[in-house]
Amino acid sequence: MTDPAHPPAPLSTRDLRLGYGQNVIIPDLNLSIPAGQVTSIIGPNGCGKSTLLRALARLLPPGSGQVLLDGQALHTLPGREIARRLAILPQGPVAPEGLSVEELVWFGRHPHQGRFPVRRPGDREAVEWALDQTGMRVFAGRVLDDLSGGQRQRAWIAMSLAQQTDILLLDEPTTYLDPAHQLEVLHLAQRLNREQGKTVVMVLHDLNQAARYSDHLIALRGGEIYAHGPAAGVLTHDMLRDVFGLKAHLLADPDTGCPHVIPYALTR
Amino acid sequence: MTALPGGAPRFTTARAVTVAVILAALCAALAILALGLGAVPTPARSVLAALLGGGDDLTRQLVLDLRVPRVVVALLCGAMFAASGTVMQGVIRNPLASPDLVGVGAGAGLAATVFLLAWPAAPPGGLPWAALAGAWGGFGLVLLLAQERGGRLHPVRLALVGVAVAAALGAAQQLVLVRAPDGLGSALTFLTGTVYGADSLRAARLLPWALILLPAAWALHRTLDILNLGEDLATSLGTRVNPARLLALGVGVALAGAAVTGAGILGFVGLLAPHLARLLVGARHARALPVSMLLGAALVLAADTLGRTLLPPLEVPAGLLTTLVGAPYFLYLLRKTP
Repeated sequence: MTDPAHPPAPLSTRDLRLGYGQNVIIPDLNLSIPAGQVTSIIGPNGCGKSTLLRALARLLPPGSGQVLLDGQALHTLPGREIARRLAILPQGPVAPEGLSVEELVWFGRHPHQGRFPVRRPGDREAVEWALDQTGMRVFAGRVLDDLSGGQRQRAWIAMSLAQQTDILLLDEPTTYLDPAHQLEVLHLAQRLNREQGKTVVMVLHDLNQAARYSDHLIALRGGEIYAHGPAAGVLTHDMLRDVFGLKAHLLADPDTGCPHVIPYALTR
Repeated sequence: MTALPGGAPRFTTARAVTVAVILAALCAALAILALGLGAVPTPARSVLAALLGGGDDLTRQLVLDLRVPRVVVALLCGAMFAASGTVMQGVIRNPLASPDLVGVGAGAGLAATVFLLAWPAAPPGGLPWAALAGAWGGFGLVLLLAQERGGRLHPVRLALVGVAVAAALGAAQQLVLVRAPDGLGSALTFLTGTVYGADSLRAARLLPWALILLPAAWALHRTLDILNLGEDLATSLGTRVNPARLLALGVGVALAGAAVTGAGILGFVGLLAPHLARLLVGARHARALPVSMLLGAALVLAADTLGRTLLPPLEVPAGLLTTLVGAPYFLYLLRKTP
């Protein structure tokens, strides 16, 4: 029997070692992503945040160890089956010229279609649902090149949503967006988690956004987990000093009570 | 299918069908024009009559036996180069990729030349296989030389290496031709980018390759769409990227290799046609591939027909005219590429 308050981790790693060639980025990582929560991975540049997220989505094969999806080793599962359970939006995706939003979102149905794709009613429903969730229905016929950065990012997220997976991974989804568009993306991630029960994992640079929009934080330093858990326990003076080399004021967010970080000096 | 709001889509299936019908009509009109050209001009009415099985015996023989093969070879080679370029640009995600710019055409040309000279008595069906081997050889050489650390391919670097390798392989081909015994060498001029002298034998050699590979390329349209999103996204959508790439490149290289045995390298057709097709009907390969094939076919037939009418009785090779149009466009793309 599984404890309903603590369902098993949908995504976890066992003795995971990651790197590029001789360059080891993450030496040995054991990690569990909590089910039905928003998790954000934070850490300085080069700590292995994106490397880890890419490995969780089988975009980077492990040097050794395993990534487990619902307890099954990721590399033993067929690509299409993974794509029906886990979607990842990599950093800075580039669409072919002249592609419309609706055409892009339809690609999200690829893992659900057979060798000879027949568009079933369920596919169309999923595409329209994804367009509605991201507020992109009004742009469905528009070509991606003509959209703003925020709209384009929502179109990409809509494609990932059309995959109808329980797990959604977003690699720096707010980079290059203005503050309003950043909030739009974060609200969307939060809503998908609250309303659909999706497990969301993001790599975020902004500590305050991570604190406010995540249930669970993972602070990485040098390829190792320095701290993890709810924001209140992770965003501490010690962590900011050891992981980021920052001195900061920690205030309570007036809405959530979460820590709010105001850095004022470097420790090195 | 319910129409979604947000403005009419720029590229629709209806639009693609319209474009394809117009291009097919253009090809047909060019074909009738080309079939009437020759030492004894034939009016279009007689050409049509001969095609439909009427007319006098002399006209029928002239049109069907002597002129149809040349038109068929021009159309097929154009379509195959165009399809090859479309596939390669989709897989390599490089606007500058095209069979003649990644060593495929030059490799096929050199191999075909050597094959014909070394083995004059070989069965005619063997030539495309030799060209195919050469095409992979040229392509492999370019990939090897253009690859940076980590296996990345920079678009401009690929094009530069491709041009250099193509020039070297082309020179080797010329050398082999010059050293060939009298008569044999001139029999191989068709490998240098012209439809001149295409006979029914050459058309028959080309036809099975075209009939298999052109539909095969179209059948890959969804794979190409997904690969065109890049390695990460293709993987995340459940595609096994490397086998898919290999399959698509295999079809693309084979298309160009076979086309070379029809008319040699028809410069820049494989670069020009896919770009024009995407401008006309968008990036989705289900639409872009057929339109690109039709564009390539029309382009080569138009170039050949023009080449025959410019300076009679001299014939300007079709490949020369396509290069004259394609080279400036290539330079424009080079400037546009970051």
